Amino acid sequence: MASIKETGEKLFDWIDERLKIKDLVSYMGGKVVPRHGHSIFYYFGGLSLFFFIVQVVTGILLLLYYRPGADSAYESVKFIIAKVSFGWLIRAIHSWSANLMILMVFIHMFSVYFTKAYRKPRELTWLSGVGLLGLALFFGFSGYLLPWNELAFFATKVGTGMAGAVPFVGKFIMTLMRGSDEVTGATVTRFFGLHVAVLPAVTTVLLTIHLILIQRQGMSEPVEWEGMPESQKKYMPFFPNFLLRDLLLWLIALNVLAILAVFFPYGISPFHWDLGIKADPFAPPPLVIRPEWYFMFAFQTLKLLPAEIFHIEGELIGIFGFSLAGLFWVLVPFLDRESARGQKAKKFTYIGLVAVMFMIGMTILGYYLK
Amino acid sequence: MKRMLISVLFIGVAMSLGSVNRTMAADQCITCHLEWEEGANAPSKLFQADIHREAGLSCADCHGGDPSLDDMDKVRQSKGYIGAPKTAQIPQFCARCHSDATYMKKYNPALPIDQFDKYKTSMHGKLLINGDVKVATCISCHSVHDIRNAKIPTSTVYPVNIPKTCSHCHSDSTYMKPYGIPTDQYANFAQSVHGIALLQKEDIGAPACNDCHGNHGATPPGVDDIAAVCGVCHAKNASLFDQSPHKKAFEEGGMKQCETCHSNHLIKTPADSMLGVAPGSVCADCHSQGEQNKGYETAAAMSLLLDSLVHEEKKASDIIGDAEKKGMAVDDEAFALKDVHTSLVESRTLVHAFSLDKIKPELDKGIKLAAATYTQGTGIIDDYYFRRKGLGIATIIITLLALLIWLKIRQVEK
Repeated sequence: MASIKETGEKLFDWIDERLKIKDLVSYMGGKVVPRHGHSIFYYFGGLSLFFFIVQVVTGILLLLYYRPGADSAYESVKFIIAKVSFGWLIRAIHSWSANLMILMVFIHMFSVYFTKAYRKPRELTWLSGVGLLGLALFFGFSGYLLPWNELAFFATKVGTGMAGAVPFVGKFIMTLMRGSDEVTGATVTRFFGLHVAVLPAVTTVLLTIHLILIQRQGMSEPVEWEGMPESQKKYMPFFPNFLLRDLLLWLIALNVLAILAVFFPYGISPFHWDLGIKADPFAPPPLVIRPEWYFMFAFQTLKLLPAEIFHIEGELIGIFGFSLAGLFWVLVPFLDRESARGQKAKKFTYIGLVAVMFMIGMTILGYYLK
Repeated sequence: MKRMLISVLFIGVAMSLGSVNRTMAADQCITCHLEWEEGANAPSKLFQADIHREAGLSCADCHGGDPSLDDMDKVRQSKGYIGAPKTAQIPQFCARCHSDATYMKKYNPALPIDQFDKYKTSMHGKLLINGDVKVATCISCHSVHDIRNAKIPTSTVYPVNIPKTCSHCHSDSTYMKPYGIPTDQYANFAQSVHGIALLQKEDIGAPACNDCHGNHGATPPGVDDIAAVCGVCHAKNASLFDQSPHKKAFEEGGMKQCETCHSNHLIKTPADSMLGVAPGSVCADCHSQGEQNKGYETAAAMSLLLDSLVHEEKKASDIIGDAEKKGMAVDDEAFALKDVHTSLVESRTLVHAFSLDKIKPELDKGIKLAAATYTQGTGIIDDYYFRRKGLGIATIIITLLALLIWLKIRQVEK
């Protein structure tokens, strides 16, 4: 009678004969990850991926009970929380994981920016990453409306209204997003379609490209390593060392996620997602309308801008400014020629610092300025 | 052409000036009195915001005379001049218009025209007819020259202001001395459940003096009328009382129906302690133990059951509140609690049937529902601790796995 080990080996050989796994392991075994003072930032991409996987799994579970529409969305979420076994846990994990995923994506993006990991030859990795950030934000925006509660309704009304302020195409974009001139049940079904079908499909494609690029190009080495003798550079094998560390962090993240979901199923003020009351388009808006925290800096900036600047609508100038900043961010690998030459490109570091301080400052103001 | 244009303009200006002069000439009363009279409370000053002024009426419409004259002596001699009416004449003075349906239709078709007829039936009216000029007439309540629409909060007869308006005379012990009636009505009313709602919360749905006593036909309700007066708002209580054994007993004993237990002006928020046979309960005022008093037993039993429902409701409410504080979803249980409370309110109303058979089914229903809600609450609390235990186990497993991976990393890196 064959031992378990022999059976396992036979099974592996059977699979390997068909999928050539040994080649993959051998390829991964040759890969290395640089070891330096900022190595910790290599793990944030993996953590973003972990939270995305959690989103997919919990999202599918929520999908079993969620019913889009003005007459059913709120009721179905309420049903999930109150009646479905562990429904409250799934929703809490989905909400926490969504926020943590965006936080990880932001940390990942800024760490890539500050370490100039976007430089040649990783321009395409940067572009696909920025695209994934945009998709993550769109995931958040579309998911926020789905419970069809009061706060989500008015926040979506304000959010889509801002898109409507864009000259020439604004009205078209706003109507396209809303499904009519106003935020209605049609907007919920539209956002639902985007949230569970369109965005996941596009994300899967872009994420695959992003991961393939990372695997093909390997982890970026620090700019300081340019010209450094190979003997002074330190590396760790990708497999199994880095992968095991990644797995360890994923488990810690899972633990944190579980604790947060059980102890704070509706978030921690001011970042909370309790269901509240059902959206009523005819009711007056609540005193405080807040978007999700990751949109707060933009929301607050537009709020602080004067109604008119040089006879042009303040909001319009704000949107134009954000569009320019976004374009700069996308094109940064092509604009920063210094880091491509192995120089530190301090100018871009300062720009990044200003951007981070501006975002944090405006977010704090948004939550605490009455 | 130029000359023609100037002529047309001149004629136009002259015509408009003429029309202004005619308007001024039509109401010399206001023009002169505003000039003569001093102080903000002068009639001509007050009249600027009067409802009659807003309706387009002027001094002469009430006081008579020719308003186009600017000489007071000539005005006094002019046709229809009345001047200031004497107190005894005031109701009739106002009734000239306010009792004329055809005339009033022009201004407010919805306004009743029976004020004077009702006034004659009121205590005020009867005394006035008998020559007592101290009593209230129209202007005592509605004020004079600055009369406002009763729906406007600045009106002296706006619901929130009525108790103060009445108390102007009725709380003046010196003024009221000849009539030999109490003067503590306002003080009592202000502390009552009705007074707090009306005066403090400004809830104009709460009754003011006129809602029980009538306004133009104001009179104290008699023994037989009280239940009818209270029953206008508390219809179910009144109906239950009418079918209760108390109805006959109260009538035979000459007792005022609602007032005997609830008082009149000092009506406090009803408390469950009013029911039963404990000291302080109103039932114990008449019913005593040990003399085959069925009323005593019924009161004791109703009180016991009502207290049970209150206790069960509190128990259920506390545990659901606790579950809610713990972040658990309790929407359905909160709805059930509302049903329990509805049962309690209904039971408190059914007390007025003074019959155990009538109140018991509702009380039983409430107690049963409260007990079921409490059981659901304990289930939710159990679930809360189950979640924490589950989390604890999951955390231990995940931590162990993490520890194993950490050991593996150490082993690999050695």
